[in-house]
Amino acid sequence: MKLRRSMLFVPGDNGAMLSTSFVYNPDSVMFDLEDAVSPREKDSARLMVYQALQHPAYRDIETVVRINGVDTPFWQEDLEAAVRGGADIVRLPKTETAQEIQELETHVARIEKACGRAVGDTKLMAAIESASGVVNAVAIARASPRMVAIAMAGFDYLVDMHTRRSAGWEPELFYARAAVLHAARAAHIDAFDVVYGNVNDDEGFLREVQIAKQLGFNGKSLIHPKQIDLLHKAYAPTEAEVSHAKRVLAAADEAHRKGLGVVSLDGKMVDPPVIHEAEMALQMAEAA
Amino acid sequence: MKVIKEAIAGTLESSDLLVKVAPSDRGTRDVVIRSEVIKQFGKQIRRVVTDTLDKLSVSGGSIVVEDKGALDCVIRARVQAAVLRACEANQLEWERLS
Repeated sequence: MKLRRSMLFVPGDNGAMLSTSFVYNPDSVMFDLEDAVSPREKDSARLMVYQALQHPAYRDIETVVRINGVDTPFWQEDLEAAVRGGADIVRLPKTETAQEIQELETHVARIEKACGRAVGDTKLMAAIESASGVVNAVAIARASPRMVAIAMAGFDYLVDMHTRRSAGWEPELFYARAAVLHAARAAHIDAFDVVYGNVNDDEGFLREVQIAKQLGFNGKSLIHPKQIDLLHKAYAPTEAEVSHAKRVLAAADEAHRKGLGVVSLDGKMVDPPVIHEAEMALQMAEAA
Repeated sequence: MKVIKEAIAGTLESSDLLVKVAPSDRGTRDVVIRSEVIKQFGKQIRRVVTDTLDKLSVSGGSIVVEDKGALDCVIRARVQAAVLRACEANQLEWERLS
């Protein structure tokens, strides 16, 4: 299973960050052509991202390109750069309907054919940033077999909801987080929590990470490399959890060897969901 | 491609470069490269700049590069952006940009 705990935003027109972001080892690097790039620099940023995608340093890391929204004059050229450059995933911001994903998919397939990429190679993800997007999240998540993830984006959503961020358990995001997460799980794709904007507030960041982790998000979109290590450590299982996971897998192996359907460990049944959870815990531990 | 106006792309920040392109009265292609790492990577930078200009079929114009230690991929992108702006090329030919 591909781990997607950390998705690091990298402004598409920032030469220094394009040249270094891979060294921080995020699970995914997301080159941004949208909000981080001014309208007059869109052309240059597009070329920067197109070239960076082909750099050998990004060969072994999942690359995502956030294109501009379908209501802008930029998105189709962005898409050319992303697909022709070899991006693993295209992220559509401000997604409100399944039809937007389907339109995006049509253009991605056209470009794949034109540049010789296998049709279906480029995956998609949607960012939900409005009340309409939250209400349509299930349809969006199921809109295409290319969909691999859905992300909650908080700033625009809260403006749309006539509220603002609070500290603590963040009731203003609770419904949207739960809705987006359920949509992702129903579609069997991954879910990313919102960015945490104050990069100097590790305590607040970790508090929010715990909320996301406990709800069941795969990870978060991140705006600063220093947040990667904090996030990975927070998502890492404890030693006791690792030890338990190893015992679960050993018990499952033994049951398999003996031809038993199920086995118990410490009085609790070890069934496929428990085995899957143990495998995920060991994968997280290894990656942390 | 024909350079028809002055244009710039990039920045003078570390790991980036600033590229200035302008029409040339003489009709020749004149490339000037200044870099903090010219002794170590001057030949490589010139090779990337020349290759990028060749692929875009830029035969005339003044091209001035102020490099601040950029990777090849950044150099290529900034040269392309400056040239495309200077040529007022609105329709990209992606095959020439790889």
